[in-house]
Amino acid sequence: MAEELLDIHLTLMMPEILVAVMAMVLLLLSAWTHRGGTGVVHWLTILTIGAVILVLQAGEGAAATFAGQFVIDDFARYMKILMCLGMIFPIIMSLDYFRGHAMDGGEYHVVALFALLGGMIMVSSGGFLILYLGVELMSLSFYVLAAWRRDDVQSGEAGLKYFILGSVASGLLLYGISMIYGVTGAVSFREVAAFMGSPAGHANQLLSLGVVMILAGMGFKVAAVPFHMWAPDVYQGAPTPVTVFMSVMPKVASIAVLLRILMEVFVVQHAQWVPIVQLFAVLSMGVGAFAGLVQTNIKRLLAYSSISHVGYMFIGLVTNTQAGVQGVLVYLTIYLVMTMGAFGIILSFDRQGLGEKISDYQGLAHKQPLMAFVMAMFMFSMAGIPPLAGFIGKLNIFMAAVKADMVPLAVAGVLFSAIGAYYYLRVVKVMYFDLPEGSFKVSVSGGGFLIVTLSLFLTFLWGILPGDLLAWTGAGVMVFHH
Amino acid sequence: MLSLVTFLPLLGALAIAIGVRNNAHKANMARYGALIVSLATFFLSLVLLHRFDVASSAFQFLEEVPWLPAFGIHYRMGVDGISLPFVLLTTLLTPICILASWESIQKRVKEYMIAFLALEAFVVGVFCALDFILFYILWEAMLIPMFLIIGVWGGPNRIYAAMKFFLYTLAGSVLMLLAVLAMGIKGGTFSIPELMDLPLSFQFQVWVFLGFFVSFSVKVPMWPVHTWLPDAHVEAPTAGSVILAGILLKMGAYGFLRFSIPMLPDAARFFTPLIFALSLVAVIYTALVALMQRDLKKLIAYSSVSHMGFVTIGLFTFNQQGVEGGILQMINHGIVAGALFLLVGVIYDRLHTREIIRFGGLAQRMPIYAVIFMLFSMASVGLPGTNGFVGEFLILLGAFLASKAVAFLAATGVVLGAAYMLWMYKRVVFGEIRNPEVSALKDVGMRELATFIPLIVLVFWIGFYPKPFLDVFHVSVQHLLEQASVIKTGAVVMGMK
Repeated sequence: MAEELLDIHLTLMMPEILVAVMAMVLLLLSAWTHRGGTGVVHWLTILTIGAVILVLQAGEGAAATFAGQFVIDDFARYMKILMCLGMIFPIIMSLDYFRGHAMDGGEYHVVALFALLGGMIMVSSGGFLILYLGVELMSLSFYVLAAWRRDDVQSGEAGLKYFILGSVASGLLLYGISMIYGVTGAVSFREVAAFMGSPAGHANQLLSLGVVMILAGMGFKVAAVPFHMWAPDVYQGAPTPVTVFMSVMPKVASIAVLLRILMEVFVVQHAQWVPIVQLFAVLSMGVGAFAGLVQTNIKRLLAYSSISHVGYMFIGLVTNTQAGVQGVLVYLTIYLVMTMGAFGIILSFDRQGLGEKISDYQGLAHKQPLMAFVMAMFMFSMAGIPPLAGFIGKLNIFMAAVKADMVPLAVAGVLFSAIGAYYYLRVVKVMYFDLPEGSFKVSVSGGGFLIVTLSLFLTFLWGILPGDLLAWTGAGVMVFHH
Repeated sequence: MLSLVTFLPLLGALAIAIGVRNNAHKANMARYGALIVSLATFFLSLVLLHRFDVASSAFQFLEEVPWLPAFGIHYRMGVDGISLPFVLLTTLLTPICILASWESIQKRVKEYMIAFLALEAFVVGVFCALDFILFYILWEAMLIPMFLIIGVWGGPNRIYAAMKFFLYTLAGSVLMLLAVLAMGIKGGTFSIPELMDLPLSFQFQVWVFLGFFVSFSVKVPMWPVHTWLPDAHVEAPTAGSVILAGILLKMGAYGFLRFSIPMLPDAARFFTPLIFALSLVAVIYTALVALMQRDLKKLIAYSSVSHMGFVTIGLFTFNQQGVEGGILQMINHGIVAGALFLLVGVIYDRLHTREIIRFGGLAQRMPIYAVIFMLFSMASVGLPGTNGFVGEFLILLGAFLASKAVAFLAATGVVLGAAYMLWMYKRVVFGEIRNPEVSALKDVGMRELATFIPLIVLVFWIGFYPKPFLDVFHVSVQHLLEQASVIKTGAVVMGMK
């Protein structure tokens, strides 16, 4: 035991340490500078995350430390880079937003960094306890972020709702972990997996219950149906940059955790979790597709859209194959790009105090054809129409499903995608077919312009030449071998 | 070469997007730019035809570049005798469409031309693609420009029509995606020529066939999934209707020819009775519906469904006459229905109505128009000497060999077709002038005439001497029928018997 505890390699945790230290430094900095030093903290945050991405990218190989409680491999690195991108893009886009909404304050960035730290710990966790620590750090930071606009009723409501429901989910997760601990007497993934593989682990009812509880807890974090109720309200109420955080980062972290524990730890139980995740997938795609049809608020619409996207990713999870995992990674990456692009446009509307209602986009194509075109491309991409990246994401998922002989699931997936296409089309319709009301012009901030352009470029590039993306994700997938 | 024909319009669209300023004065630049690009594409495709070896059934002008080799997906292009005519039809109709939109499209001309050229590129690509994923991508991508053409430049109810068009086709296509994936995974490649030789069990064929069937039957469209077509046709701008009737409908039938029949011959034979039944309903029922229409465009839209019913009968006869007739009739329909929509466009531009009852007596004011209209009505009816006759005759001949009952019922469709076309023609062109606006009408101008002349030439050329046209796909059809006669399931079928 003592020897194991000595097995500590802090260098493996460089990215996490960097984020933690910088978060604390920035906290002090914002306490001492005038008006929270938004500008300085803003740029330092961007620099920090940028540095973390560079460190992550330079890393290679697989290793574990803290007695196997902390794992780092290609998969973890890939997911962490995704999370960093999911954090840095909205921060670049939203400097204006803070100024416009009198949300000056470096603390915002500090909390965001803590959320990122929580997510990174989740992805690297090698045991249930550290997993739970990561989940809590990330979730608590997000509760705070959602309620950041203190003077805004909706934001407060969003924060409170997220907090209460999130706490229930965390409770479920912890309950599941305690059941598993009760049976196996272990918290590290490796030992639990070993026990599950042994005869005692087969068909143990309590273990199955534990698995279900953990699935429910994680299902809440990714807003999979039937644990999605919070998502539309929180997406709508939270400040838009926070909505962008929420629609990407926690999903990346939680899906990474699900992939790891379902495919590495609960391997033997797969007959039990596959039907559950399958149900989550079908329900998420269905509810996401149907409920999105009647939305009038674009943030709510994107909330339902993200619910259905999670459904598609779950198909990849259910296949329980490397192809499926790769499908999930590709889908996540493309989802990140599309979401950033679409929110980039929404944020630039926000500069006019508009952009929440779908009707704000009326006749955009008449006034600003280029911006309408860009938004339309993101919408078509989300609907999965080729030759845009969203199609490649769906293609990979469905290919994995057909390969794994899960044709009924794939059929459900494609049908729901056709239904869901309607609401993306509706946004295009509003922009192109309706006549404009009001003659306001929308301008994009410098940061927004950068991110939207990059997202558009990647949406086209990966739609037509996804080779690079497949190669990158391919490395992460190799971690899963059985 | 093929890639050039396919992507030249897209390059043109890009050039217009970047090069032409977005204001009303520059609209003519967009118009001329689009016309030049589409004409250049047409001439290039003529070069293609010239270099094409009609004696070979193999795919020609092959191009292959690895795309996603890990999945067996390559950028593969090539044409055979079956796809080449459709490439030519597309490149021919596009400049005509652009010419026809010269004056009728006044708002957002630049975007319109971009959408049209992008549409042309995707459709030509669909006919040239020899990789399943490439095919699917282009097949779907085509929805975006067409959606915008109907939705932005269409009639009063355009939004409903555009949405319906998009969702109907999308819902059909997504199931095809699964069929494509199933085929590709089974064969380990997405190469269309290679997949044609893949042995498949009967059950597998049936499922894949159904996946394709949903998609293609929506596109053709076959009864009862044809309801998007009248809406889309009525609301689309004239050129949109022309391209829709002329080319997009052919994509579905082309799908049957290229995939369902050669790749899944056993399932295709198994489902032939179903296809005959649905086609006959389309031929007879939609002809009756066409009789009842008050809107000129709707009438032609329903006649399209009826004519496409003929085409699907021809394709599934599994004999040389029927299949060749089916292909020829697709080309004929592209020419004739395209021309009829142009004709409707001509009077719509002048009177801004399509109600049959508002016309009458056009012959007195527009004699040239009346002659052209008569010509294409006759071609649509299938009068000997016009192209319609050759196609219908071959199909009926093929159908007679396959099933006498089908041939008999299909022939009644010809009679009904004559009834609604002639009655419509009488009400529109002959008679007294009831609408005072008609008396002030001007006859067709030079620009409009220019759009009709190539089509008129084709009507008579195919009508009197169809051999050069049939020669293009004769050998390929022979090859197709050989592929279709192979029992792919082999041991499985023997075992069942």
